[in-house]
Amino acid sequence: MDRREFFKTSGALVVSFAAPSFEVIAQSAGKPALLPGELDSWIAILPNGRVNAFFGKMDMGQGLDVAVAQVVAEELDVGADRVEVVMGDTGTSCNQGGASGSTGVSNGVRLLRRAAAEARRVLVERASEKLGVPAAELKVMDGVVAAGDKKITYAELVGGRYFHHKVEWNKQVGNPMDISVPAKAKAPAEYKVVGKPLPRRDVAWKVFGTDGFVTDVRRPGMLHARVIRPPRAACKVRGIDESSIKAIRGAKVIREKDFVAVVAPKEWDAVRAAQSLKVDWQPMETPFPAMDQLYEHIRGAKVVKRQDEVKKGDVAAAFNAPGVKVVQAEYEWPFQSHASMGPACAVAELKDGSCTVWTGSQKPHFVRDGVARLLGLPEDKVRAIWVTGPGSYGRNDAGDAAMDAAFLARASGKPVRVQGMRADGTAWDPKGPACVHRARAAIDASGKVVAYEFVSKGFSRQHIATNESQPADSLIGQAMGVPPKPNQIFGVPAESYGFENKLLGWETIAQFVDHCSPLRTAHLRDPVGPEIHFGSEQFVDEVARAAGADPVEFRLRYLTDPRHAAVVKAVAEKSGWASLGKGKGIAFADRNGTAVAVVAQVEVDRASGRVWARKLWVAHDCGLIINPEILRTTIEGNVVQGLSRVLFEEVRFDRDSVQSVDWASYPILEMGDAPESIEVTLIDRPEVAPSGAGEPTIRVIPAAVGNAFFDATGVRLRRAPLSPERVKAALAKA
Amino acid sequence: MATYRFTVDGKRVSVDAQPEMPLLYALRDDLGLNNPHFGCGLAQCGACTVHLEGEPVRSCVLPVSAAANKKVTTIAGLGTPDKPHPLQAAYVAEGVPQCGYCINGWVMTAAAALKKNPKASDAELREALAGLKCRCGTHVAILRAIKRAQSSMA
Repeated sequence: MDRREFFKTSGALVVSFAAPSFEVIAQSAGKPALLPGELDSWIAILPNGRVNAFFGKMDMGQGLDVAVAQVVAEELDVGADRVEVVMGDTGTSCNQGGASGSTGVSNGVRLLRRAAAEARRVLVERASEKLGVPAAELKVMDGVVAAGDKKITYAELVGGRYFHHKVEWNKQVGNPMDISVPAKAKAPAEYKVVGKPLPRRDVAWKVFGTDGFVTDVRRPGMLHARVIRPPRAACKVRGIDESSIKAIRGAKVIREKDFVAVVAPKEWDAVRAAQSLKVDWQPMETPFPAMDQLYEHIRGAKVVKRQDEVKKGDVAAAFNAPGVKVVQAEYEWPFQSHASMGPACAVAELKDGSCTVWTGSQKPHFVRDGVARLLGLPEDKVRAIWVTGPGSYGRNDAGDAAMDAAFLARASGKPVRVQGMRADGTAWDPKGPACVHRARAAIDASGKVVAYEFVSKGFSRQHIATNESQPADSLIGQAMGVPPKPNQIFGVPAESYGFENKLLGWETIAQFVDHCSPLRTAHLRDPVGPEIHFGSEQFVDEVARAAGADPVEFRLRYLTDPRHAAVVKAVAEKSGWASLGKGKGIAFADRNGTAVAVVAQVEVDRASGRVWARKLWVAHDCGLIINPEILRTTIEGNVVQGLSRVLFEEVRFDRDSVQSVDWASYPILEMGDAPESIEVTLIDRPEVAPSGAGEPTIRVIPAAVGNAFFDATGVRLRRAPLSPERVKAALAKA
Repeated sequence: MATYRFTVDGKRVSVDAQPEMPLLYALRDDLGLNNPHFGCGLAQCGACTVHLEGEPVRSCVLPVSAAANKKVTTIAGLGTPDKPHPLQAAYVAEGVPQCGYCINGWVMTAAAALKKNPKASDAELREALAGLKCRCGTHVAILRAIKRAQSSMA
């Protein structure tokens, strides 16, 4: 099936978007404005009875679109195969915030559920008028509204036409966008489609190579571009020797202040021009500390902002109580890169004063806003169309590519496709923040924890914003002199340990360089989740051991939320915790209502320093489960990416540049280190509104591995990653 | 500049290019194919993998001149929705890819490995797939799919 077939009609309402032409959808006469308060902005019934659901978030390969289709089908009483989900296009969807914070289901699908329920209510009401039967007596079966012999289809009622029906919008934009409607959504007990393991819809075209990624968008007359990022942080351009590329066919330099790019009609020529262009850069004096001083720098740096998010009892007094045993430890986590599978790509075209950008950014509505600001265009003159990109786990390099493409399209007067080289995706993407976590706990003579304190100190997770709506948050904006305004924010462990006196807080420090820094920070999958819980869940283990308790029993003793305890119990039972051999570790965390616990069993090769997480067991509770099979593979991806982060990943840098530029200098987990098995236990709670699954599991993996490593070796590694060199060195000292 | 003739997925093609231009740019830019992807340009990830005379090669570093008069097969030529390669069928059944950008490396490398050693063990498969990258972490699903393909081919 054509993955972009939707709303094709033969009449005046033609809206076409046939793959793979990437044609712009014509706005047809009579269509209500694309506003959240219009039902037509969310649901359309086609003349053939198929349904379009317009979604202002998008799926990054974890099957979110299938969840949308299942929920919309459920509420409308049509087969899920009839529902086409149209995502991530500012021309057809409202700004639901894009892929963000694992809110695709909790927020995004919640809205679509209401819209679909309301569409059904309106359709049944209209059927009632047409058929002369009270609405209460009508039943809907697969898009047919009927009472006895009297029946009418959705297609007959509204197919190819608009509802022209208002819904109540909460006036919020982004993740909190919601609507309220008179219709009542179904009770979970009535679900027939929700909960079924329907297959993903984007697998076949990827496996057979029959459709395109954002990298495959081609426009007539298009130029290829490469942006020349400076060799060091925050460089200024002193001069450019344009004659250095004069031998390359059609290659041209485009420069604006400290932003430099080359364009050429052929892609290989653009690559060669980027490699050949001689730019005289004026570097900044040693903006970074020596890499081996990173954690000392963080410890010693002035605190820009502190926040104590959890404060209970009198922590200071409890630590000073006589006779308590104090346990303390510090944990360290490095800068990490998104290192998406391919460097980001975007295509932009300007025509008749309007700009269209094809982007892999997971937040295309914010790309629209950012491009409008960069080019000085009104927002309604910019359209951003999300097309599957080469991986996305947060604010990676995709936003920069989109802004670059738009600028270069205007500067060159032609459609422009820009893609980075490998270093642009590894050295120049926004980074996950490096940090240090200070933890201490006091245990009384009976073994009870009477005081607990966990404070993270590190770079803010948002030196640039979570989206690209402001040029100041993009490299091109900064290279043109727009100063960024960093947000100061970090986070605390998400748990429910009922320690009597408890403090959970964070402190942020200033970034090294305020503009054009390859170590600027932004959201990377589960922002600060793996970072914090690497510390906090290892520390809970250290406290348990100091209290002479089993790590599972200890967690169950203190967890106060029954859903938290339930995942810990489930994972202990499924893994056979009590009888598992050496090298086992457990970790638990919550993430915005999703509870997840994991047991890892590792093998450590003392000679090579290799840590192999051989077996993993996960227990996962995200409330109502919409699709168990897709949920399972989403969790598996989290597990493996989490293993990669804790075992291998560390951005290397010297005094003025990032030295992690490719897969050799930024290694990630490969097949030889993939686990032998990942057993996932899903706890379904139909009575609980679904929360997220895109990120929660990754936050517990690092500590589970750290705890398992300790169990295997008796050595506690408090600095990530547990790379072979570090493991070898630590075991040699032990 | 010279003219290079070769076949891609059974079709004869010709490309005017400098001899050192990587085959990937001929496939994508000159011939307009979508499926081989640029991942690193350094032969470190596999996203650009195609078969040259049945052997997996990294088209991001292989000069186009090295493909002259040879047979190039991409993932779209390995099998089609109507006539899928057993690995492709297994990938669909297992719902393997997430972002999917890495897929050429895994499928084309595994297809060649299974041709040589249809009964490859878990350890042999892991060895054969060394050097490939998948950033979404679908490794366990990849192994499931390959084992499914092995049983369907047995």
